[in-house]
Amino acid sequence: MWMDEIALRLPSTMTQAEIKLCSLLLQEHFGEIVEKIGVHLIRTGSQPLRVIAHDTGTSLDQVKKALCVLVQHNLVSYQVHKRGVVEYEAQCSRVLRMLRYPRYIYTTKTLYSDTGELIVEELLLNGKLTMSAVVKKVADRLTETMEDGKTMDYAEVSNTFVRLADTHFVQRCPSVPTTENSDPGPPPPAPTLVINEKDMYLVPKLSLIGKGKRRRSSDEDAAGEPKAKRPKHTTDNKEPIPDDGIYWQANLDRFHQHFRDQAIVSAVANRMDQTSSEIVRTMLRMSEITTSSSAPFTQPLSSNEIFRSLPVGYNISKQVLDQYLTLLADDPLEFVGKSGDSGGGMYVINLHKALASLATATLESVVQERFGSRCARIFRLVLQKKHIEQKQVEDFAMIPAKEAKDMLYKMLSENFMSLQSIANLIERRQFETKENKRLLEKSQRVEAIIASMQATGAEEAQLQEIEEMITAPERQQLETLKRNVNKLDASEIQVDETIFLLESYIECTMKRQ
Amino acid sequence: MAGNKGRGRAAYTFNIEAVGFSKGEKLPDVVLKPPPLFPDTDYKPVPLKTGEGEEYMLALKQELRETMKRMPYFIETPEERQDIERYSKRYMKVYKEEWIPGSKPKKAKDAGKGTSLTRTADVLKKIEELEKRGDGEKSDEENEEKEGSKEKSKEGDDDDDDDAAEQEEYDEEEQEEENDYINSYFEDGDDFGADSDDNMDEATY
Repeated sequence: MWMDEIALRLPSTMTQAEIKLCSLLLQEHFGEIVEKIGVHLIRTGSQPLRVIAHDTGTSLDQVKKALCVLVQHNLVSYQVHKRGVVEYEAQCSRVLRMLRYPRYIYTTKTLYSDTGELIVEELLLNGKLTMSAVVKKVADRLTETMEDGKTMDYAEVSNTFVRLADTHFVQRCPSVPTTENSDPGPPPPAPTLVINEKDMYLVPKLSLIGKGKRRRSSDEDAAGEPKAKRPKHTTDNKEPIPDDGIYWQANLDRFHQHFRDQAIVSAVANRMDQTSSEIVRTMLRMSEITTSSSAPFTQPLSSNEIFRSLPVGYNISKQVLDQYLTLLADDPLEFVGKSGDSGGGMYVINLHKALASLATATLESVVQERFGSRCARIFRLVLQKKHIEQKQVEDFAMIPAKEAKDMLYKMLSENFMSLQSIANLIERRQFETKENKRLLEKSQRVEAIIASMQATGAEEAQLQEIEEMITAPERQQLETLKRNVNKLDASEIQVDETIFLLESYIECTMKRQ
Repeated sequence: MAGNKGRGRAAYTFNIEAVGFSKGEKLPDVVLKPPPLFPDTDYKPVPLKTGEGEEYMLALKQELRETMKRMPYFIETPEERQDIERYSKRYMKVYKEEWIPGSKPKKAKDAGKGTSLTRTADVLKKIEELEKRGDGEKSDEENEEKEGSKEKSKEGDDDDDDDAAEQEEYDEEEQEEENDYINSYFEDGDDFGADSDDNMDEATY
């Protein structure tokens, strides 16, 4: 298929960019040992345990630890091959998703407030957790932030968890199948984990009763420097885990669907008006669970259904809605399509078309910013001309191979450049931090001293004296460093938004072939 | 014999036009330093987006970075041996929860190093003890994997358990700090002062 042709034509440096970025991400999140093993697997593909150890020159023990971490975080999977050999395989694209963690967490905050936010954060930080573990952790964390004497009920956290499961933002992990008639033969070297579609969002019947607990203040001093000695505290590690074996993870695909919907709604709002975008948002919301992530368009929705589903308090008449739908369907962008006349008119959202428009707009914007307006004008004309030639073709799916190929190639190239950019951003940030390591450490020490002095009620003059340990030029240097690191971090997040749009289009297009 | 140079004038030993300079053209100045690492571009980049969401995500990102380093999944590289063991090192140890994949309690099944390594199954065995040894030797106990609970053996047990290894470390520290004497002081059955000429216990006359 010509998809393979594209993959071959792409410079091998694209894979290099991906690998470099994966390496940086793994190293920042899990340290160098995990990075070494992870990158090795990304480069070499599927390998068994001993080969990994041998090829990387790492002890078996270290490899096991690293693999544990990677499997726990859904970055590596395993499979039993013939002759009982278990091989491990890394998911490069999943590693790259680590860039998006802040976005997943913030999105949950906007939808399900702090409780939801922390649930998703804990799931991402730990890879997989049982519901009871999540509830306990989140209740504890929320309690920390509450006023003295107040605590967070497990029940409240559970409710939010259930809502997240119902809307598919969290899902159950594949698990060990229960064998009723166990084969008396030797067990397989590794289980094949399975999950039933219908069980994926099924919340176990738990009666989690309890409240969050505050950490004792002696665990860490005010400046957050951990003490070498950790005081023993009462743990409930002897309690049985009611939902042992049922693990949950964040459902990244569902978040991506949400981001895509957000981008489409935003585009409609920019191009048309608020009301149009609200209608589109309603249609997307109605299609959330019924549309698969790679579908080219949503299920047809009747104008009547849409009217009934408009947000409460949105007062437009049925006729006005119909007018808007007609306008949307007629718009050259073709985000909305009319697929029939029953029920007052059947309408769909053209997801693939929308993604293509978004990706194209991204490309045009990149050309404009990097090469100036004249280049952008030329670029746009070329794209338009092609589009005009294709107007004759009714079915948008019949884009001639050549045009689709070119388009895809451009997207892949731009995607590659974005990945490379992020790798550069991370390296620059690490470099800046390393350059200023001595000064940063000094500043942290001073802060710690001040904090502990404040806690013991020191006088203003004394505090001033300590503060002056950092000279004015040093302060300036720290300010500059902070500003730069913030810029670099923010850039990573925002370049990842570009990557998301381009990859959404690429994925969508690939699946259609 | 080397070719003659024109008196007082250097001649190129290669065709200057091949490099892109026309004959007689003034050559660019001699470059005394490497080119700038980040040269200016014609078009400046678009300013970053700002807003509540962007600010929140930025703070979140930086916070997550720090949090991850403290989680048990972050595996530190074993330190190189230090020539002098610094006193302050003891007080700078970062507390980290131990993460032991597998929620089942340790079973006293024996699996000496030899036998477990020669097992035919190439599996990710449950790591029972992640005790840090100074020279990074392998952990002593490797248990047989529990049949049918491999999945569990990969999942983290996330209760705030102080596991055995941690307890040991902690107790050792506590003991060390309770007395003022260096433990090695009384090693090898030395009788303090027994052979010493300066016997302070006895009165001197």
